[in-house]
Amino acid sequence: MGRQFTGAFLCMEQQELIPNLFRTEYRKIVSVLCKRFGFGQIEIAEDIASDTFLVAAQTWSMQGIPQNPIAWLYNVAKNKAKNYLQRDKTFEKKIAPELKTNERGETEIEIDLSPQNINDSQLQMMFTICHPAISPEAQIGLSLRILCGFGITEIADAFLTNKETINKRLFRAKEKLRDEKISIEIPAPSEIDKRLETVLTTIYLLFNEGYYSVSQNQTIRKDLCFEAMRLCYMLVENKYTNKPQVNALLSLMCFHASRFDARINKNGETVLYEDQDTNLWNSDLVSKGGYFLNCAASGDKLSKYHLEAAIAYWNTQKTDTQEKWEAVLQLHNRLLQIEYSPIAALNRTYALSKANGKREAIKEAEKLNLADNHFYFTLLGELYTNIDNYKAKQHFQRALSLAKTEADKQTIQKKIDKL
Amino acid sequence: MDEYALIMRHEDGTKIASPEQIQVWMKQTMDWIGGIAAQNKFSSGTGLLFDDARVVRSTKVVTNGPFGEIKETIGGFIVVKADSVEEAVEFAKGCPVLQGEGNTMEVRRIAKNDGTH
Repeated sequence: MGRQFTGAFLCMEQQELIPNLFRTEYRKIVSVLCKRFGFGQIEIAEDIASDTFLVAAQTWSMQGIPQNPIAWLYNVAKNKAKNYLQRDKTFEKKIAPELKTNERGETEIEIDLSPQNINDSQLQMMFTICHPAISPEAQIGLSLRILCGFGITEIADAFLTNKETINKRLFRAKEKLRDEKISIEIPAPSEIDKRLETVLTTIYLLFNEGYYSVSQNQTIRKDLCFEAMRLCYMLVENKYTNKPQVNALLSLMCFHASRFDARINKNGETVLYEDQDTNLWNSDLVSKGGYFLNCAASGDKLSKYHLEAAIAYWNTQKTDTQEKWEAVLQLHNRLLQIEYSPIAALNRTYALSKANGKREAIKEAEKLNLADNHFYFTLLGELYTNIDNYKAKQHFQRALSLAKTEADKQTIQKKIDKL
Repeated sequence: MDEYALIMRHEDGTKIASPEQIQVWMKQTMDWIGGIAAQNKFSSGTGLLFDDARVVRSTKVVTNGPFGEIKETIGGFIVVKADSVEEAVEFAKGCPVLQGEGNTMEVRRIAKNDGTH
């Protein structure tokens, strides 16, 4: 009886432990092995890492959880990797003859799973995966799998698609990187800014995938955001990649993430900014955002992340002062010069109405060519409210007909009812 | 879509504006450029400083500033994307430089380095 009870208890614990360890350790094992074998053998690295967890699940359910589960996993992975290298034919041809002189006649293969090498390998892997040779979508998918240890099902859920599609996408992306012979390394200092750009874009897309995701799964959405922040933090911690724009992106994500719990209510509905309970804003993340924004304030290059982080900072200040809106307007003016996006154009026009008045903003809004965007008509409706309520209603109704999600439709309907 | 340079021409570059005036003018210029950028029609912009300005003449004589007998001077220019010169002119009309009497905006299509110009 006693043993059975203990067994059942272990099973419960294991159910939590193995997926958690998978999330944190799979990516480390894959990165180290892949770095050791070369990107061409990434599937072998993945297989060895997966096998390691399979053996863990089997062994631990029979013999109980070892004292140091992580060291246990590393040991198994190391042995499997050594076995693979010993069997590998190229290895035999090229290196084995030299090893014959070894007195003990043993082959000395080292697999370095030290914290330093784990960290370096992951960072190098980041540059390999976020390579301009593959599409941003493929970069995000591979990042989730190899840098974040997400399961295929989780990735499929995040993209609202099926496992088969994701498997195909990842397969093609790996094939492409292999064909291009992309090496696993941190780019040379002369190249780093350019390559970092792609890495940062992927991290930001990953974050947005979680923040604005269509997926209803709250846990996955939050995980995507925090994984993006973790990857960015790895870049901040490394002296070669600790650049102002990296700090700016991290700051931006901290500010946004600070509202994560306030922007969705218990029923999973979006809570608009003005209706959010500021008590639910995470002040720790707000101050971290401020810290990294300060760290970003060096060098002579103003990136779009700097501007977006500064805008995000103002969004953490729920005041309605002229100073705030003038600052937000000027930040948008500069952001749009660096990179146009419809959402920045709309937010700029809203800030313009707050800083310079609604009439000027209406004139500017009507110049924007965004007739298929329901946010555009929502903005026009807002601007006309109390100036010409008839026109305001017309615009809101146009927005209503263009809105796609139930949540958006409800929000717009509420505005019409208020008129 | 073509690119046009919108060149800001000040009738008298020797006029000195107060810091407050400069601040107002800066905001208006930024709002003007932001409005063009919000339509995805902004390409690039270059402000020109009066500090350290020099004029080199055909005699190779160098004088300070673009001032003196040639009063008119260029304050800066931006490059916009436009379907027609008329559209570019509409952008130019919004430039705060035109608040100064005698100031002008010159609108010039940019040569496309493709051998046709």
